[in-house]
Amino acid sequence: MGFWRNQLSGPTDPIADANWTQGESRKGFFTDTSICIGCKACEVACKEWNRVPARTDADGPAWQGSSYDNSGHLGANTWRHVAFIEQGPDQLARAKASGAVLLGMPKRTAEPTRLAEPVEAPAEPVGLPAVRWLMSSDVCKHCTHAGCLDVCPTGALFRSEYGTVVVQADVCNGCGYCVAACPFGVIERREKGVVEIGDGTQQPVPNGGVAQKCTLCYDRLRDGQTPACAQTCPTTSISFGDHSDMVAKARARLATLHEQGHTEARLYGANPDDGVGGTGSVFLLMDEPEAYGLPPDPVVTTRDLPRMFTLAGMAGTAMIGVALGVFAAFGRPS
Amino acid sequence: MAECHPVGFQWVTEAKLRGAKVIHVDPRFTRTSAQADRHIPIRAGSDVVLLGALINHVLSNDLWFRDYVLAYTNATSVISPEFRDTEDLEGLFSGYDPELRTYDQSSWAYAQTDGGTVDEPGSDGTADTATESDTAEGQAFGEGGPPLEHHRIRKDPTLTDPHCVLNLLRRHYARYTPELVAETCGISVDDFAYLAAAVVANSGRERTTAFCYAVGWTQHSAGAQMIRTAAILQLLLGNMGRPGGGIMALRGHASIQGSTDIPTLYNLLPGYLPMPVAGKTDTLASYLDGIASKKQKGFWANADAYTISLLKAWFGDAATAENDYCFGHLPTLSGAHGTYQTVLSMLEGGVSGYFVLGQNPAVGSAHSRLQRLALAKLDWLVVRDLQMIETATFWQDAPEIETGELITDQIGTEVFFLPAASYAEKSGTFTQTQRLLQWRHKAVEPPGDCQSELDFFHLLGQKIRERLAGSDDPRDRPLLDLTWDYPVDEHGEVDPEAVLREINGHADGELVDGFAQLRADGTSASGCWIYAGVYAGGVNRSALRVPNGGGGPTASEWGWAWPANRRILYNRASADPDGRPWSERKKLVWWDADASRWVGDDVPDFPIGLAPDHRAAPGTGGPDALDGTDAFIMQADGVGWLFAPKGLVDGPLPTHYEAQESPVPNPVYPVQASPTRVTFRRQDNLFAASAGQPGVEVYPYVFTTYRLTEHHTAGGMSRWLPYLAELQPEMFCEVSPQLAAERDLVNGGWATLVSPRAAIEARVLVTDRMRPLAVRGRTVHQIGLPYHWGVGGHAVVEGDAANDLLGLALDPNVQIQESKVGSCDIRPGRRPRGPAVLDLVAEYQRRAGLTPDTSKEA
Amino acid sequence: MAFLGWPVLRQVATRDWLGRGPSVTSPTTAEAGARTSTADRVAQSVCPYCAVGCGQRIFVRDEKIIQIEGDPDSPISRGRLCPKGAASEQLVNSPRRVTTVRYRRPYGTQWEDLDLATATDMIADRFVQARRDYWQEQDADGNRLDRTMGIASLGGATLDNEENYLIKKLFTAAGAIQIENQARI
Repeated sequence: MGFWRNQLSGPTDPIADANWTQGESRKGFFTDTSICIGCKACEVACKEWNRVPARTDADGPAWQGSSYDNSGHLGANTWRHVAFIEQGPDQLARAKASGAVLLGMPKRTAEPTRLAEPVEAPAEPVGLPAVRWLMSSDVCKHCTHAGCLDVCPTGALFRSEYGTVVVQADVCNGCGYCVAACPFGVIERREKGVVEIGDGTQQPVPNGGVAQKCTLCYDRLRDGQTPACAQTCPTTSISFGDHSDMVAKARARLATLHEQGHTEARLYGANPDDGVGGTGSVFLLMDEPEAYGLPPDPVVTTRDLPRMFTLAGMAGTAMIGVALGVFAAFGRPS
Repeated sequence: MAECHPVGFQWVTEAKLRGAKVIHVDPRFTRTSAQADRHIPIRAGSDVVLLGALINHVLSNDLWFRDYVLAYTNATSVISPEFRDTEDLEGLFSGYDPELRTYDQSSWAYAQTDGGTVDEPGSDGTADTATESDTAEGQAFGEGGPPLEHHRIRKDPTLTDPHCVLNLLRRHYARYTPELVAETCGISVDDFAYLAAAVVANSGRERTTAFCYAVGWTQHSAGAQMIRTAAILQLLLGNMGRPGGGIMALRGHASIQGSTDIPTLYNLLPGYLPMPVAGKTDTLASYLDGIASKKQKGFWANADAYTISLLKAWFGDAATAENDYCFGHLPTLSGAHGTYQTVLSMLEGGVSGYFVLGQNPAVGSAHSRLQRLALAKLDWLVVRDLQMIETATFWQDAPEIETGELITDQIGTEVFFLPAASYAEKSGTFTQTQRLLQWRHKAVEPPGDCQSELDFFHLLGQKIRERLAGSDDPRDRPLLDLTWDYPVDEHGEVDPEAVLREINGHADGELVDGFAQLRADGTSASGCWIYAGVYAGGVNRSALRVPNGGGGPTASEWGWAWPANRRILYNRASADPDGRPWSERKKLVWWDADASRWVGDDVPDFPIGLAPDHRAAPGTGGPDALDGTDAFIMQADGVGWLFAPKGLVDGPLPTHYEAQESPVPNPVYPVQASPTRVTFRRQDNLFAASAGQPGVEVYPYVFTTYRLTEHHTAGGMSRWLPYLAELQPEMFCEVSPQLAAERDLVNGGWATLVSPRAAIEARVLVTDRMRPLAVRGRTVHQIGLPYHWGVGGHAVVEGDAANDLLGLALDPNVQIQESKVGSCDIRPGRRPRGPAVLDLVAEYQRRAGLTPDTSKEA
Repeated sequence: MAFLGWPVLRQVATRDWLGRGPSVTSPTTAEAGARTSTADRVAQSVCPYCAVGCGQRIFVRDEKIIQIEGDPDSPISRGRLCPKGAASEQLVNSPRRVTTVRYRRPYGTQWEDLDLATATDMIADRFVQARRDYWQEQDADGNRLDRTMGIASLGGATLDNEENYLIKKLFTAAGAIQIENQARI
């Protein structure tokens, strides 16, 4: 029963679980928000590559009066979203304090990154800066246990050979179960309709009516390329690679920041024991997740399914057995 | 830098990860500030005080790089005893003429070894006669550094002469103290101490500091002097000509560097040669004298070769020694003919036809209201662009149509909109911000009627020449003598490489490998001498694309940098006077005694075999006059200028003046604003009263304009693209919570901004990133205004143009407008519609009692 | 046989027991790949926005630009682009782009069509006329001017060096001195 354990929660290898045999390793992002400059190149490069339509009125007001953020949140037409958070010294002090509490917990060891050219530092400024401006590029987490995938009744969502979670627009029937199942509010159904593409020229919205989100550029991965957002990111705030490397990189960067006294720094999504089994997209944040609009303790909506199955008892097991029996009669294709 | 040059900022990010310190001085807290070790907010327009205080800090604490400064700058040069500093004359230098509002620069000159002063070529060497050319305007100098009659300059290596440059500098900046910084810039003494300590700790043999700037320094009525102040500081700290040092101009357009090198600018010819000036430099002989003397040091002494090669490139066989190589074919200047003077001339009907090429002055130029009104006075207008920009459609949908000032069927301007080929639809070179030429390969054919500028102007030239063919009118000779026979392909399109080869130049029928092969005898030709070598060896070096530039420290096999593929200018200064690197960490080029030549990681910016201990023979000139330590080989005396004895029309040393519009009295001198600034006194270009004058309270706030990452200048290449437009869809203003409270502004609501020229509306973004500054006991509120939006009918997003608020006040050296500082009022709510907006502006003007003479005094 | 494509069968066949992996991939997914891999050619270019000079690769298929990306070989940009650079494909392929000559006659209220050759001829005529009408031979002191004030130009910072060269050369020979670009602004 080893396979069945951790199929809906806990640490596991989602590629093996889906029985991909190509030998690909799990891919993911590491988004280091401490070096994000909020340029939004990731948003644009994502849209260019994936032909994601510009936002419409349905996506909210055009100008939002919310710092430099006019995309609002991830959604059908926003697969990368850069958050802008303006804070005063009090909030920074709170972030430092809450981070220090995290530091007090057992932490994984990591090789601290050495500064290549240490500088004899001049007098440091006294106190905390009057204002700080956090920027962070958010994206689908490509969860180890993806609620959207687990509830999809049509097989439109699938676990790719790279361990990512991808919507197949040609399969999706727009039922929307996935939308409710995502603990991060990432996936969304795109409104049908027309978009104006020029002076008076209109065309139907591509993939209208079906669920949409980041594919981690599945098509680019198939050709050995880097996802568009990570490739374009000017400061390498977004890096892409093997998930294990991303987690290691995140931990090393965290150790460096902690060494420099940035106790406010912390990782998000790097813990395989969290409510979604860890995420394929790992983040280094400079404040608590809530500050960025991220759930502090996301839990996959299907985590409790096994318990419910047990309660359902034999009935459920019998149904599965019958189903398998019926189809097994047709034999196995070679 | 993160805001407007995000990809360039990757190197800052990387340096910071390796331990570099990043300090951001800006009125606003921007994306750059967010990544900096420290953001230091500054009152817009007060940069000379901050930088001057750093100079003072370095001098008074003896922190300057002594070996560097003594060898490579004019610190020891002695200035004329006639010179009087702003300290002596209450904010003015000697030579000021209050009537003409110009300086006679003769008293700023170097003292001669044998008495008298070093003047310009062709003068008699005495200091007491002010000739007309002594009051030359900025445009007379080209951009190559002003000429000297010779290089026999009196020096004082003991630094005891009170008239030697270093002592003048000490005295001039003595009152630029941290306390003055606090009360002028709004920067605390602690912040200043932090900045000063960081800059000093990161300068010297082992370390270098770089200053990066953009139009935050250029767009002021004393902008050139802000950059000069940084230059003085960097010379004192030994940060010029060395890796990791310098003063980096972060230029904002793909080839704005190229369009300065090969200038579509009124005052320049290719390669920073000046345009001829009527009555001064309108003959070949006087022109060449005006650029450089054969008796001065360095490579400008060969300007005759550069000039005559240019004339040969343009006029070919028609250019002969007998006719001065057709020098008389060049038109002459008389004063400044910059874009703002041209627009004012347009308003008076002085211009018939106007070509607008990939620019959008109806939105992007200062006083954009005036720009639009001027367009309506043209006979004809040609707009070449990708999109139907506001400059092309002003006759339909300018805001002045709504106010009733313009009426479509009463506008006589004939408008041609010609669709342009995009950068991907033509081959050619861009020159990026570090002088690197990069060839673009054409990807596809342009769609429809779209055409490159190359093809359009080639064709236009052919048609003009056809119309003049056979003319015996001497004024048509230049056009008929022009070399205009470019090879074309089967579509009639010009081969851009043929043009690049003409720019590179040739001698004796062969492409030249560099400008050293250019001659003054008519046997060579080159369209831009500093680009000579881009085709060295017959290879288009701008198209070199060895991955990662070959991997060396200067990535030298990617593109081609002028001059001579040299990546760091004046890099002789990266070695000490004896030719050894200042340090192992910071080595770049050095003298190899065994090989008897300069070697290193970059192309040495020095005569390759000129030994460090070489001393030029007396009486020599040009490159032959360079000593082995004269690192600044384009300067007439071979050294970097701490004090500029010539060349800047507003003073030999940077001095703080307030902006044309400022609510703050000048804390340094009784002179409020730059005494030589250019203003246009007109009813349609009124200025707010400055500190201490009646009416100053009517426009109590400072506004500053800028760009955002998501957009590009006036929006022609961004507001039409949905993916960019949606990221910053509306014009907004950034205000502090304190100002919002003072003026009842609500985040997300609307505000109306009123300047002495116009009123516009903007959405309100209330942010702690804008901080009121305490300046001389009062609070100065600054308002931030991105300027990307305009009113038209075709873009994805539109809005009022921030540039409407600006007046025309210019830097006298370069004729660039002061768009970083202006005075305004702000009030909640949207602006009135229709003619009522004019009433609002007029009501403010009345209340402030504005006349064309307001804020006229120096 | 069509039924072999039935999901549950595919689950068994691929041992993708929970139907989340290979058993549910659609034909489109199976064939997915980067469209850049299908390009007929790739042109190396330079971003047209700011002056950093980021390298770009322009992918062309069937004589259409299908993608523009950063050039990883560039030592300046190392394959990266900012949001504007990343929007370059939209810049060149913009459906809003005007690709024919538009003409507004004096006092006109509408744009009109105009043939490109005719437009160029009309501009050449006006150029020659304005040049003569606003010609200045000498100033008040008799110094030579040899110039026309009737023609002005603004633009160049977004153009190629070769283009600026021809513009400056032609206009200067024509005696037009009021040639300016963004570098003054």
